Amino acid sequence: MNTIFDYKQNEEIGGLFPALDIPAQGTEALIPHDLVRKEPPRIPALSEPDLIRHYTRLSKLNYGVDDGFYPLGSCTMKYNPKLNEDLARLPGFATVHPSADEDLVQGSLALLYEASRLLCGIAGLPEATLQPVAGAHGELTGMFLMKRYFEARGEKERKRILLPDSAHGTNPASAAIAGFSVTEIPSTKEGMVDVGVLEKILDETVAGIMLTVPNTLGIFEEKILEVTDLVHAAGGLCYFDGANLNSFLGRARPGDMGADIFHFNLHKTLSTPHGGGGPGSGPVAVSERLVPFLPIPRIRKDRGTYRLDWEAPQSIGCMHSFYGNFGVILKAYAYLLQLGDEGLREVSENAVLNANYLQERLKQTYRLPYDRLCKHEFVLSGEGVGEGISTLDIAKRLIDYGFHPPTVYFPLIVHEALMIEPTECEGKETLDSFIEALERIAVEAREDPQILHEAPTCTSPMRASVRRLDQTHAARHPVFTYPFEERWKDRGTEI
Amino acid sequence: MRYIANTDADRRAMLAAIGLTSLDDLFSDIPQQVKDRFRPLDLPAKSEMEVAGALQDLADANLARRELSFLGGGVYDHYIPSAISHITSRSEFYTAYTPYQPELSQGTLTAMFEFQTLVCELFGMEVANDSMYDGATALAEGARMAARILKRPQIAVARNIFPQYRRVLDTYCWASGIEIVEIPYMEDGRCDRAAIPEGTAGFIIQSPNAFGVIEDLAGFKDRIGDALLIVATNPIAAGLLVPPGEFGADIVVAEGQPLGIPLSFGGPFLGLFATRERHLRQIPGRLTGQTVDAEGKVGYTMAAQTREQHIRRGKATSNICTNSQLCALTATVYLACLGATGLRELATLNLEKAHYLAENLFALPGYELAFPSPFFNEFTMRVPGDPREIRSQLKDAGMLLDDPKSLAALGAPDTLRFAVTEKRTKDELDRLVDILGGMR
Repeated sequence: MNTIFDYKQNEEIGGLFPALDIPAQGTEALIPHDLVRKEPPRIPALSEPDLIRHYTRLSKLNYGVDDGFYPLGSCTMKYNPKLNEDLARLPGFATVHPSADEDLVQGSLALLYEASRLLCGIAGLPEATLQPVAGAHGELTGMFLMKRYFEARGEKERKRILLPDSAHGTNPASAAIAGFSVTEIPSTKEGMVDVGVLEKILDETVAGIMLTVPNTLGIFEEKILEVTDLVHAAGGLCYFDGANLNSFLGRARPGDMGADIFHFNLHKTLSTPHGGGGPGSGPVAVSERLVPFLPIPRIRKDRGTYRLDWEAPQSIGCMHSFYGNFGVILKAYAYLLQLGDEGLREVSENAVLNANYLQERLKQTYRLPYDRLCKHEFVLSGEGVGEGISTLDIAKRLIDYGFHPPTVYFPLIVHEALMIEPTECEGKETLDSFIEALERIAVEAREDPQILHEAPTCTSPMRASVRRLDQTHAARHPVFTYPFEERWKDRGTEI
Repeated sequence: MRYIANTDADRRAMLAAIGLTSLDDLFSDIPQQVKDRFRPLDLPAKSEMEVAGALQDLADANLARRELSFLGGGVYDHYIPSAISHITSRSEFYTAYTPYQPELSQGTLTAMFEFQTLVCELFGMEVANDSMYDGATALAEGARMAARILKRPQIAVARNIFPQYRRVLDTYCWASGIEIVEIPYMEDGRCDRAAIPEGTAGFIIQSPNAFGVIEDLAGFKDRIGDALLIVATNPIAAGLLVPPGEFGADIVVAEGQPLGIPLSFGGPFLGLFATRERHLRQIPGRLTGQTVDAEGKVGYTMAAQTREQHIRRGKATSNICTNSQLCALTATVYLACLGATGLRELATLNLEKAHYLAENLFALPGYELAFPSPFFNEFTMRVPGDPREIRSQLKDAGMLLDDPKSLAALGAPDTLRFAVTEKRTKDELDRLVDILGGMR
């Protein structure tokens, strides 16, 4: 696969910037010789046609939501409305410097303020910060809030965070950065928090619990009020990971379930694109007792004017250089305005309906370890589909059928997990063709297992541009940068 | 709703297949008490046309877009070539998820391999990750990484780094139990290396720093012994200045915004993070590695994942998952568009124009450089009179400067900072000088 470094250096390319309109003094006259770079970085300039063709070609090796069904569990790969992309590029938003005077950025401040009010309404909590720029960053903010809260109360012995064994990996990682230790709570055979175990674990060393609601099996914690009451009674706080908010939008609110801290993933629930892995946005809403600790600056509205408020002596401080990912928040805000209450309800209805329909149909062919009503996603096991067939084989074979595979090998409590989340955007026809593909793969698993082991075969007109990639090779022969020494040996380093 | 494909007939058929009678049945597992407490937003749905209008009104309320910007402070108003957004708005890139399925993500992964290489080339380093959230969080992760490697609870930090980096660093260090030792600067605006104590996990310096001054990085590595040298820098300046790697930096971080990323009121931005191969196991965030497929064809995949949260959980090097991938793609395309030659041309334009303005201001009575040291595209001037007053008068004339209170907080009262990029013309610079010259 060609990279930009395989293009020849073209010295004649220029024309991006105007010539200097003042008398040139020359670099050496302006900065001391020993500070000036001697060897230029090895970066070839591509002509614009080459540039566009190189990246257009690369784009065609990718598969996005616009290419087809993308049922990645826990990722909520819903459609990204085009309007929002256009709005983020409006010069009035895109060209505004974060340090410009408040009276000159009233539009941006108003948008942030109003967006945070809507998010608080969805969370059922009084205040929110928009600074966190990803889900894990929101978790981290939440853990810092807990830490500061207990510091302020003089309860420094509260050093433990409780986590269900089905939790996302970011949860324990976020807790660890804030200096907490993690105690795992086992799931019951119904896939929920074991309340009996929880009661025994709770004591004055517990800072709080991190819950994902519904959990990563797609199951709603039916005893959620009991769980949060127990934690509160023991003096702890309840953190809700919002990765799965899509399943109860417009029907229930985390604040009403006992959440003290709730993080949103705007790049999941509120339709902003994932960008191939970011940027996202992870606003955090909190209950009354945590408001004094929120990050600064807060955005205030006084008599129709918006301003930044840096005065908060108990705040945890800043989580981001500025005010969070403004360009992402504005897309989520536009999405919310279009949906309104009615649209939010339709989202959860269709997301949950789609998931239950898929679950019902697919459990005829694949093992469903937790067989009950699911919310927006569910988890199958690839076990027992065919002799020597792994979930990875099934996932890679789906590529040959033109689908992006589901999340695999997560949650950890299901062996050979296939975690499927259809979102509200898919219609029944798409779901039916996905079911049909998985049914055919199950037949292949018994009759022609080799084709699964070899998948993707790249024989169908689908997106895979390479056969199955060797992860072990990448680990044994680590190459993280272009091998200039080998490939550029005929070029001088002088360019 | 426009983003939903199912019809009522579809919904009825699907409910029947599941064996339910109403959509409400799908939510029977949510406790009734929770449902009873629910309150809607009281938000009516709007048409696409109405939403487009409402947001256009907000954009129009941002008067700042019409003003002439001399704002900087680590975030700069650079020209963005048209080709960039035409590539980053290809939906195969922007609607994809993290490349967990490499066979369907060779576009993103190839670009990330290019990105890692470019970051290493810019900074003279050996391995770079696929991005952090922004420059400040990249720096905070660098501090945590140093503390982890040397198992020491202290980090030395130059006082003259940009305040937004320091604020985020303070938050992360407090939470991680890392103590910050502040290192003063000298009369020339450069960090006082003699004041760095021994035995810290690392030393953090920024160049160009909060005054715009280019630090002389030579000798710092020797001075700090086995502590890690952590340098925050500017990627455009790196096209012209000796890269931090040549001074022995162990970790280099930067705000990648100048590489073709819109200002967008402070985000999304791009944290650049590079280090040495010997620290590979401790690097935070995602890495892309080269590999081969079943037929021996070269491809790319996420690599060295045992450092990451989805495998190592509580013992991961960082909790980061979603990063700033699309911004990393933007920076990659931007650098490929300019090439090393274009980058140097751009850096030189910035350098020359900033010096032109500085020299013309210096010719005015009462104006002098606050720190007599080399600078790149931003400089700090001691001004005659109250800097807030002078700034306010410039604002009335449609010219924006950073609030001097952040400089005053760093011990440089009575100063103003001016950032000059390639976008400022001679006429604009002359006009600024004329206004200040006419002020009394």
